[in-house]
Amino acid sequence: MRINRRNFLKVTAASGGGLLLSLYSQPEASAQRGGGGLFGGPAPDPHTYIKIAPDGTTTIVAKNPEVGQGVKTMLPMLIAEELDVEWKNVKIDQADFDDTKYSGQFAGGSFATPSNWVPMRQAGAAGRALLIKAAAQTWNVPETELSTSEGRVLHKASNRSLGYGELADKAWALPLPDLRTLKFKDPKDYTIIGKPLMQRELPNIVTGKPIFAIDVTRPGMLYAVYQKCPVFGGKVVSANLDEIKKMPGVKNAFIVERPDITDPVIPNDPGLESGIAIVADTWWQANTARKKLQVTWNEGPRADASQSSAAFAQRADELSKQKPQQTLRNDGDTEKALASASKVVEGAYSFPFISHAPLEPQNCTAHYENGKCEIWTNSQIPQGGRTLSARALEIDEKNVTLHMVRGGGGFGRRLTNDYMVEAAYISKLSGAPVKLLWSREDDMAHDYYRPGGFQYLKAGLDSSGKIVAWRNHFVSFGQFDADKGQVRFVNAAAMGPTEFPQHFVPNYQLHASVQPLSIRTGALRAPGSNSFAFVIQSFIDELAHAAGKDPVQFRLDLLNSEAPAAPPAGGRGGFAAPGLNADRMKGVVQLVAEKSGWGKTKLPKGSGMGVAFHFSHQGYFAEVAHVSVDSANKVKVHKVWVAADVGSQIINTSGAENICQGAVIDGMSEMMGQEITLDKGRPVQTNYHQHTMVRLVQAPPVIEIHFLKTDNPPTGLGEPALPPVVPSVTNAIFAATGKRLRSLPISKSGFSWA
Amino acid sequence: MAYKLNVNGRVTTVDVSPDTPLLWVIRDVLNLHGTKYGCGIGQCGACTVHLGGRAVRSCQTPVSAATSAPITTIEGLSENGTHPVQVAWQDIDVPQCGYCQAGQMMSAAALLAKNPKPTDKDIDSAMNGNLCRCGTYLRIRQAIHKAAERANTASARTVQTAAVEGIK
Repeated sequence: MRINRRNFLKVTAASGGGLLLSLYSQPEASAQRGGGGLFGGPAPDPHTYIKIAPDGTTTIVAKNPEVGQGVKTMLPMLIAEELDVEWKNVKIDQADFDDTKYSGQFAGGSFATPSNWVPMRQAGAAGRALLIKAAAQTWNVPETELSTSEGRVLHKASNRSLGYGELADKAWALPLPDLRTLKFKDPKDYTIIGKPLMQRELPNIVTGKPIFAIDVTRPGMLYAVYQKCPVFGGKVVSANLDEIKKMPGVKNAFIVERPDITDPVIPNDPGLESGIAIVADTWWQANTARKKLQVTWNEGPRADASQSSAAFAQRADELSKQKPQQTLRNDGDTEKALASASKVVEGAYSFPFISHAPLEPQNCTAHYENGKCEIWTNSQIPQGGRTLSARALEIDEKNVTLHMVRGGGGFGRRLTNDYMVEAAYISKLSGAPVKLLWSREDDMAHDYYRPGGFQYLKAGLDSSGKIVAWRNHFVSFGQFDADKGQVRFVNAAAMGPTEFPQHFVPNYQLHASVQPLSIRTGALRAPGSNSFAFVIQSFIDELAHAAGKDPVQFRLDLLNSEAPAAPPAGGRGGFAAPGLNADRMKGVVQLVAEKSGWGKTKLPKGSGMGVAFHFSHQGYFAEVAHVSVDSANKVKVHKVWVAADVGSQIINTSGAENICQGAVIDGMSEMMGQEITLDKGRPVQTNYHQHTMVRLVQAPPVIEIHFLKTDNPPTGLGEPALPPVVPSVTNAIFAATGKRLRSLPISKSGFSWA
Repeated sequence: MAYKLNVNGRVTTVDVSPDTPLLWVIRDVLNLHGTKYGCGIGQCGACTVHLGGRAVRSCQTPVSAATSAPITTIEGLSENGTHPVQVAWQDIDVPQCGYCQAGQMMSAAALLAKNPKPTDKDIDSAMNGNLCRCGTYLRIRQAIHKAAERANTASARTVQTAAVEGIK
């Protein structure tokens, strides 16, 4: 297969273009041409990524942050495959952050696969081309007579071969080939891609090697805690620092004052916030001293009674009854279609704020010295942290060095760098290397939360049971500009005008209203989708039952009713994208129905199966859950089937299965036990006992993952695997009990795990 | 105060305040970083170690209560990563981020030491104190069964169980 931009163009054409889609498709294009920004930077160069020792041992650089998504193994697999070496001879080196060498060094949006599928294979193929050229020159034979296998260049005509290690010096001195002339392997010849390969870090993980950010130590390092106001933006009026400084091990304690943030929509990553730093010989000493802190806070205007969960719900109810602040989409004549529908169904849905709470609490080690700062970070987006740190330290970005260290989970939490900036600043003021570690309580109190929200739906069915009208009034959080009649959503809250089933229902309205919010919000694994899928796929289920149709067939019928014209450009922002392809979605719905024995299994009373699908991050996922519910509303999920179309190739089949199973369990945790409530601007929940996760005993004993391979470029699966599981389980609960769940988490409706 | 601890077969004296959790002694004084901090309230199990062969949450165990029995951390589970649990964890490719897995493996090893052929129910109950934020539970269960098979011939006991005298 010749490398060209056909695949990229194909995707773009299919979707009708659009800014967000270009975010998905540009990476490979920009990687080929270079050009700055998150995805820009230099073209893939084998010199950057590959080092071959004389004995043939091949060291490959993994350029992206690893937070458990398996990218440190996956990206080198792409290079090694096209370089044509044996995987067992490959060693992996984690890159530092360096935008002069690498592009797209971040972990988010399930972007690693789509944005690296081409460039990483180019790096490998270019390396192989150089090795072939070096061998051709050595033997004085045409390159066309040469082939490669398992780290050797072969000349079959003369029965000669040379190991890559013998050729590397010569090869690496040759000029780079034009990346567009490289030939990729035929996938049927793959020996690495598509195999179940274990994460290369495993031997270190199972023996407890210090590989995580929290394990970093530096000579002379001190430990820090940073106490911020329980209400965002609050400031220290006074604190008993003299007393704190006398506590055992405490080296320093100081107040950090920062300017007010006045924007009613709090920035996603505002950088250093006001607070009190305590620096000690050990973290336990620093944290013990913190417990003695007596602080008078000026909590500021955000500590208002309106910033409480009960008040939010009440205000949302009021807003839902008023004229929407903005109409995001208006196709056909929804009011008329509702008036003439043979059946009208209404449902008021809600979903809560939730915390990311990755198991490794936020931490960072920084060493500021002589105008330079060295940082060890598990950030998912170190580039942003470098900018913020340089600003807080008042030094140039080029004087900030970032080492990327494995993170104990990310889920989007490490897409802001608040804790990196704090560590850098505290190091500067302490004159020593400092490891800042947030307690779990710090983490839950100062997250940027998955935005909660409310959706008021109304739909009409015609006499054949077809959806003819769909109206959704989304009541969210943000700022309303009454003059312009426009809402400005808080981060990661927006719903886009092409949200499903837009384009599949002739009369479609999406309205939005917002109320102010005093906490930070941001992207949690499958942002937007992780809550919208619950609402949309639950309501579709309500409509299927109202129409007296089978929920799978009803969905297939809906996917068959696509309007002829492509949807116009536009999306909800962030990492979502328009461009759902109905045929691909039908493919996974049919596959999951087949694998789960949908409609063919006779289930006992109290048991049920539920189905849902969702398109996000370019991935097509349909999921079926089989549950039973007892008379006390105790829920057991017996089995979940996942059908996925993420293109033509799964890169690491072991990692892919693991991540999809994890997404199912993660979604179940969100569904049952996760909610952050606010009380006058303060997040109420403090730790895992109040914001719970599924435990082993509650996990479904079986989660089957089925990949439907289609002729499309490979895309990511860490995020799109999650959204459908929530409605597939709640729809199954409905099938089992007749109880329709319209609000998350379902523990608030009296449900719990069996 | 000085406390004599036997960690992974080595006796060391540490000078810390009595309420210091064993977790922070292990991590920041003894510099053994395999044992992890996750919640500090005994909810997540990332800090699980063996105290006298029993799986305990080191974040809830003050150092003053950890002197009477030998302590094993993930670093001491075997000399070179060959404990059946460690081998099975790699065979099955269990971890995603890996942060909870030391605690998971310590709970699993303690289970297998007293129950060499655990049922699913046994596993449910022994592993109930360990959270995995990435959701690798299916593979954890599979790996425990595999480790049990592997240990059928060899002993699944932890390498380091020798009683140490003179500890105060």
